[in-house]
Amino acid sequence: MTQEPLWSIFVNASLINNFVLAYFLGLCPFLGVSNRLETASRMGGAVIFVMLVASTCAWGIHQLLTALDAPYLRLISFIAVIASTVQLVEMVVKKVNPALFRALGIFLPLITTNCAILGLALFQTNKGYGLVECLVYALGAGSGFTLALVLMAGLREKLELLEVPDVVRGTALALILAGTLSITFMGFAGLGA
Amino acid sequence: MSQALPTPPPRAWHLYRAMVGVGVLCGLLIVTVFLGTRPVIERKRAEALQRAVFQVLPRARSSRSFRRMEGRGFEPVVKGAVGGEVVHAGYDEAGRLVGLAVEASGMGYQDVIQVLYGYDFREQAIVGIRVLASRETPGLGDKIETDPAFLANFVRLDVSVSEDGKRLAHPVEAVKPGAKQHAWQVDGITGATISATAIADMLGRSASRWIPLLRGHLGDFREAS
Amino acid sequence: MAFELDQDGAPGSDEFVKGLWRENPVFVQVLGMCPALAVSNTARNALAMGLATLFVLVMSNVVISSLRRFIPRQVRIATYILVIATFVTVVDYAIQALSLELHKALGAFISLIVVNCLILGRAEAFASRHGVGRSALDGLGMGLGFTLSLFSLGAVREILGNGTLFGLALFHAGFQPWVIMILPGGGFFTLAGWLLLFNAVRERRARAVSLAGEAAQ
Repeated sequence: MTQEPLWSIFVNASLINNFVLAYFLGLCPFLGVSNRLETASRMGGAVIFVMLVASTCAWGIHQLLTALDAPYLRLISFIAVIASTVQLVEMVVKKVNPALFRALGIFLPLITTNCAILGLALFQTNKGYGLVECLVYALGAGSGFTLALVLMAGLREKLELLEVPDVVRGTALALILAGTLSITFMGFAGLGA
Repeated sequence: MSQALPTPPPRAWHLYRAMVGVGVLCGLLIVTVFLGTRPVIERKRAEALQRAVFQVLPRARSSRSFRRMEGRGFEPVVKGAVGGEVVHAGYDEAGRLVGLAVEASGMGYQDVIQVLYGYDFREQAIVGIRVLASRETPGLGDKIETDPAFLANFVRLDVSVSEDGKRLAHPVEAVKPGAKQHAWQVDGITGATISATAIADMLGRSASRWIPLLRGHLGDFREAS
Repeated sequence: MAFELDQDGAPGSDEFVKGLWRENPVFVQVLGMCPALAVSNTARNALAMGLATLFVLVMSNVVISSLRRFIPRQVRIATYILVIATFVTVVDYAIQALSLELHKALGAFISLIVVNCLILGRAEAFASRHGVGRSALDGLGMGLGFTLSLFSLGAVREILGNGTLFGLALFHAGFQPWVIMILPGGGFFTLAGWLLLFNAVRERRARAVSLAGEAAQ
């Protein structure tokens, strides 16, 4: 039902309506992981991967539930499938590429309760995207998340070296930074039109 | 039971009982609430839709929804279903067809904008629009919903068809505020150019596609509910 | 089949009050912020979101607490999530039946209540070990604290960003609203502002206590 071109979906999801900076999704890992550049980029990679997998599953479930006429099961099935898929992915990666598993290791379970994944599934269902559009949307959302994460990490690493009043240290400062980044990203609006 | 273990490991039966039991309870609760709220929700949706159709087709007094079937024209929607390509026909007190309300969407400044617009057969024009969903900037882009001068564009926006009936005679065109000279042009909004242009573009695209189609199947809509 | 022993006493007002200030979920423990900011751009939305979360929190606490003896440790997280998702679905349909317009304003964020770490956290930390009454009070207190913080976010953002509260104009017509407050950046700044306030108050109290301690020596 949508006439959005694919490039517009990508730009929309990654820049104009960035999942973290415009929708506030994925704040927990965003604030928790973004103080070192290296871990931030690894986390971002893991998120992109999980988002692609979850997006496909969510599309599949939506088709199934529509055929079964059971829309009320949507939320439960999304959560169940996302959680088990991440578990499965973790096991597969561990077997196939142990080095990659060690690098990503602790982040994969963290991502499961990440609201960004469930948010992605819900948004794409509400927008009525087909499979290809879902994948592009997931890619865009994940890339946008990674971009925001990496930018935050860079900024926070620099801030570590400066004198900051105690009362604002920690989460409050991260939130102010995020707010400033959010305003910066507003400059991308109008790109998709 | 072994005396060395303080807590014996649960038997499989307990695990199954817990998962299945909780699952059944939850399922019962969800289905009950779903069935209980469904009539209320459907009634409210139908009322909201009718209000929207009456807003975009001022002459209409009743409405009915139709779904486009591939190769067969338009058929009345039986359930309160959504999805697919649905248009809504508006009828006056005497049951005569007034026009059709169609949904259109397109990328605005911040995100996709969804509108419902009303096409009047007699006038061959769009006689009203209603913004269904928009995330435009408050105070700037959201003027597409509030600016009286902009909304005046859609009291009678000419979308008449060409001789062969296959396309619009004049494509809908967005112009600078105040530069409007023809009935198929849309005066923009100062400070919200992109949002206004987006509306004009999506109306133009949708009208080019739907109006020749609708006019070709007028007979399908004749019967009022 | 022995599960963890209950720590039961009579339900007390402490269960309720601690959620409001000392262990306020959003400001002190900084939990469950995700859905908080996105729908807190007006007071009405923030209040509705808070109350929806409160409902899910109390109901899931009650159900999990009453079933705690039947749920083995190995499957507890799965069953907790199942129960929470059920009540979130219930609340979603309830809001749709109450007001289509509110449902459209809150959108998918109602469903996102299910990944609010606050609810799962309370189920794991409290409801699985205490009686139904105390769990209900705990849920009520935490839920009210959460609603309070969301409302303070929504109210500030709406007053400064729109000049209204619950849609009623507060200032004269010449007031220029700070549009940024309604936009996502404003949400970040407002939450940071409240956190700063909380931190400052707590620090001052801690300093007062330590000063009093020194003076006593």
